[in-house]
Amino acid sequence: MAMSAQDLEGLLRDAFADADIKIDDLAGDGDHYRAVIRSDTFVGKSRVAQHQMVYAALKGRMGGELHALALETGPKSA
Amino acid sequence: MSDSQETIARTIADNDVVLFMKGTADQPQCGFSNQVVRILDHLGVDYSDVNVLADPDIRDGVKVFSSWPTIPQLYVKGEFVGGCDIVREMFQTGELKTLLADKGLLETA
Repeated sequence: MAMSAQDLEGLLRDAFADADIKIDDLAGDGDHYRAVIRSDTFVGKSRVAQHQMVYAALKGRMGGELHALALETGPKSA
Repeated sequence: MSDSQETIARTIADNDVVLFMKGTADQPQCGFSNQVVRILDHLGVDYSDVNVLADPDIRDGVKVFSSWPTIPQLYVKGEFVGGCDIVREMFQTGELKTLLADKGLLETA
């Protein structure tokens, strides 16, 4: 029930090609991450929609393999 | 619609503010749920708490209902607001208070 930061970043990169992505392993256990994602694909999207896009990029692993992912999303210019 | 989906829809329709969480408002059993409880308590808004740990059908069902993979989940007047990160961000910017006040759920500051 854990996921490497590299795998996580890879999934996010695939979905958000233009993004600035920063990932922290909060507990050092491969299970509690914080991801800061700045991408222009978020422009004009609500916060819920932005997080939905991230969850979609994770292809169902959120809530399963990945227990905890604190998200901060927004356009690059923000 | 399955029983759990009906139960969730009815809970959200019958209560102005609903928090699906792990544990109860008095005894949260997850740090993320605890954060949202503390924010709602701080704002002083009345809300219903639903402990998803008490019912696996609701726990899975609410994720389907919202297309949202994690708990907690906050609903205001039937509308899905978001999970812990969104609630915290909206609290910090003052948007959550504005939203609740606009819906008539808080005294305007």
